[in-house]
Amino acid sequence: MVRLGPLDLKLLRDAWNLRGQVIACALVVAGGINSFVLLSSVNRSLAASQALFYETHRFADVFADLVRAPEPVARALAQIPGLAAMETRLSVRVNLDVPGLAEPARGRIVSLSRDPAGGLNTLHLRKGRMPAPGSQDEVLAAEAFAVANRLAPGDAIRGVMNGRYQSLKVVGVANSPEFIYALGPGQLVPDNQRYGVLWMDRKGLEKAYDMEGAFNSVTARAQPGASLPAVLGEMDRVLAPWGGVGAYDREDQISHRFLSDEIAQNRTMARVTPTIFLAVGAFLLYMVLTRLVQLQRSQVGLLKAFGYSGAEIALHYLKLALVISLLGAAIGVGTGLPFASAMLDLYGEYYYFPMAGGDQRAAVAGAGTALAVIAAIAGAIPAALRAARLPPAESMRPEPPAVFHAGWLERWGLRRALRPAGRMLVRNLARRPLRFLASVAGIAIAVSLLVMMTAMLDGIRYLMDWQFKVVQREDVQVVLAEPRSREALHAFAAMRGVVQAEPFRIVAVRFHAGHRLKRGILYGLEDSPALRRVAGEDGRAIEVPPDGLLLTGIFARDLGVRAGDTIEVEAMEGKRPRRTLRVAGVVDEPIGYAAYVSRATANRLMEEGDVLTGAYLRVDARERERIFAALKAMPQVAGANLREATLERFDEMIERSVGIMITVNLVFAWIIAFGLVYNGARIALSERGYELATLRVLGFTQRESAGLLLGEQAAITGAGLPLGLALGIGLTLYFIWMLSTQMWRMPYVMTGANLVGAMAAVAVAAVASGGAVAWRLRHMDLVAALKARE
Amino acid sequence: MPASVFRMRDVSKVYRVGDLEVVALREVSLELHAGEFVVLLGPSGSGKSTLLNLLGGLDTPTSGEVDYLDHDLSAGGDEALTRFRREHVGFVFQFYNLIPSLTAAENVALVTDIARNPMDPHEALAIVGLSERAEHFPAQLSGGEQQRVAIARAIAKRPDVLLCDEPTGALDVETGRLVLEALDRVNRELGTITAVITHNASIAAMGNRVIRLSSGRIVDIAANATRLRASELSW
Repeated sequence: MVRLGPLDLKLLRDAWNLRGQVIACALVVAGGINSFVLLSSVNRSLAASQALFYETHRFADVFADLVRAPEPVARALAQIPGLAAMETRLSVRVNLDVPGLAEPARGRIVSLSRDPAGGLNTLHLRKGRMPAPGSQDEVLAAEAFAVANRLAPGDAIRGVMNGRYQSLKVVGVANSPEFIYALGPGQLVPDNQRYGVLWMDRKGLEKAYDMEGAFNSVTARAQPGASLPAVLGEMDRVLAPWGGVGAYDREDQISHRFLSDEIAQNRTMARVTPTIFLAVGAFLLYMVLTRLVQLQRSQVGLLKAFGYSGAEIALHYLKLALVISLLGAAIGVGTGLPFASAMLDLYGEYYYFPMAGGDQRAAVAGAGTALAVIAAIAGAIPAALRAARLPPAESMRPEPPAVFHAGWLERWGLRRALRPAGRMLVRNLARRPLRFLASVAGIAIAVSLLVMMTAMLDGIRYLMDWQFKVVQREDVQVVLAEPRSREALHAFAAMRGVVQAEPFRIVAVRFHAGHRLKRGILYGLEDSPALRRVAGEDGRAIEVPPDGLLLTGIFARDLGVRAGDTIEVEAMEGKRPRRTLRVAGVVDEPIGYAAYVSRATANRLMEEGDVLTGAYLRVDARERERIFAALKAMPQVAGANLREATLERFDEMIERSVGIMITVNLVFAWIIAFGLVYNGARIALSERGYELATLRVLGFTQRESAGLLLGEQAAITGAGLPLGLALGIGLTLYFIWMLSTQMWRMPYVMTGANLVGAMAAVAVAAVASGGAVAWRLRHMDLVAALKARE
Repeated sequence: MPASVFRMRDVSKVYRVGDLEVVALREVSLELHAGEFVVLLGPSGSGKSTLLNLLGGLDTPTSGEVDYLDHDLSAGGDEALTRFRREHVGFVFQFYNLIPSLTAAENVALVTDIARNPMDPHEALAIVGLSERAEHFPAQLSGGEQQRVAIARAIAKRPDVLLCDEPTGALDVETGRLVLEALDRVNRELGTITAVITHNASIAAMGNRVIRLSSGRIVDIAANATRLRASELSW
């Protein structure tokens, strides 16, 4: 057994005597380390798994789709300078009929690489086997789709391939770096039940789609250091005659984009939250230790008289801070690691790839502990130095009375306004302005965390309401396999149970504005639409102009244009016409990049007649199943998105992930508020116990003296609450800015309920911790407290 | 013989310190009379402070009775004792116990704010000769001045009894004399019962009566035929 030296025993007993404050400090540190461990290990795991999966499975960094090119074109592609590897393939849309699923599912079938080693975007086989070479009915199913539909090797599904109804046998389940996050066309959130990726042998797929000796998709890897824009440009040039719709890099690859955005957002959180906590934790340690050194002046003097050096004494107090901080680190690591696993499991339901970034636990726990040590040192150094510098003779005498003076507040007339008790309060706060300001800042931080978190949640809810109640009012969005004439609309409208049908024309385009170039989708909508509308963030519908286009705010900003400017729109399909359009307006839409025109404008751009690529339907709920069955069987229908299903998926995602975050942040905010108020009041009680005992002797009631003690904490809390609202609003705007991506922008929603609720939650924690200290005051021994100075 | 205001009958006080029982007072009986100046003498641990704390309603006896007029202090709960202190008692301590964040006048006002029939804080400071120092904070005052502020604070509520625990203990002779003069003046002019605890036997000559304690018992009560003024004392 290790024999503890007397100073270490003193340390442990001091810690025990200060246990309330030790726990309060340790909890705040634990909050910081918990969030660090949680967010960092999730972040590291995601980033490392992503990098590893991309590397081992040779994720491409150049992608291009086209209508159809004969295989010899591949030779021209292979000669593009800067390419390290290149593969042609087939990638086709398919309508799927999954057993047990009433609605039609949509999918994409991608041909398997001819390279026996797996080629680019190598599949990670999870179950079963690869389809037999040449097979026309064996498929691999993406794990996301298989899990959502409970498909296992041996199961059969049916698909409408090239207009023919065909049975497909699932022989295996796999993942690909290309489809970690699978989002179907027109979907806002993944719906893995209704959208899935399948892989099939190249020969079989060629046969099914009459594409023998041809390809319609290219993936490639660039050489390190190669200029991607140059490679993309060359590829476009080669593919243009073959209906190329524009090559793009990983930045525009949906799965990569979502996963990378998620990792980037996570990294932001992993830096901000722990920093806030550890700063508050260091401040609390500073307060506790400074007070302890003050109380133990005579002990410090005695130790010095015995011959202990200043350094030994400084180390003694530093060790106490370390004990507290490491206790916090242990709690933080102990709770953070299981939270991280739970969070990664949750990620596993949206991002399908092996979490194989190695075990990050030891590294993260180590880094977290190091952060706790840094916080402890930062908090303890001033007090430790003070103890080290106390001259022994002086420190054995009691401290002289604190020097007060009437501050500037009083010269402004506060003096006349306040009774002596009020003046005590003001002067005590004014005597240590930094402590007061830091405490106020701490309370403000607690409030702001809640405000920000709730605003985010409200923002997401608002976004959903906006999307699903204002903009997207159809029940079903039907997407056609290729542009059709108006008869297709009549066919939908004539189906039993369809109440209303509204056509749309969607064109994949490239926008040119000066030197800027962006890929995007041009939505051609009906005039005065009833089902799908364009609306500003305030929810008001905006009429699409008869000519000219509307851009979303983010898109207009990134293109560097404003209303009245003109931009060039280059279609990526058909005859690839290019036209100049006037920006008729900018819409304040929270959904990222989008451009709207009237359907007539889209048809004019494409130099075609009255053509649509799909329709929005409002249907009679009783006829839903029948309509779904009919849509499933229509070869010209490439897919159908159900508004209700999307809404459900969205709800589920939010309730789970955001619900956890909200709860965690509420607990964190409470811990901060509790730690600050409890410590502040305990230190005030310790510093002024003598004063309060005097007041009690002079005839002040318990309530009156508790009021004086807690009045300071009330003032701190009172100042911190409104400041917290301001800080929370600022933090919300910062996070909105940080978290906005090309895909979507978080709307700023600040409700009175949020602001009041955040203040109330922190006030409750403050009142509870103040109550705990008032209880101690009630049980204070007056006679003993009066003798304390002797 | 003036009427008795405080009556202690067979009062004992036992403190429990860890596993030890410390008997601070053993069956003490005592009466204090209106307008009287009493000096309590005795070595450390003789029970003087315990006696004063019981008289002032800071503590309750383990057995026996303490009465102030018709109030039974031995039965009083915290609330009743607080009210008693608020309305009737002025305390003066060895270490002054001023609130460092309040000026002299404000320290006095702290008490006059909650008293029923207080004097003006400046009037109280004038009695102890500190009108000039009213706006000074404790850290700007000498020990003797601080103690006189404490006396002003104690008398400003016009208490019925002034209890002083070693009021000159931390002061030099000259300053101590000024403090004692202030106490003497209050007692003579306002007729406040004054009980002073001291180690200093020379102060005994100031009192109407001198009570000596030892080991928790009153061993002697002596009446002075004539009271000396504080200025006449020497030690």
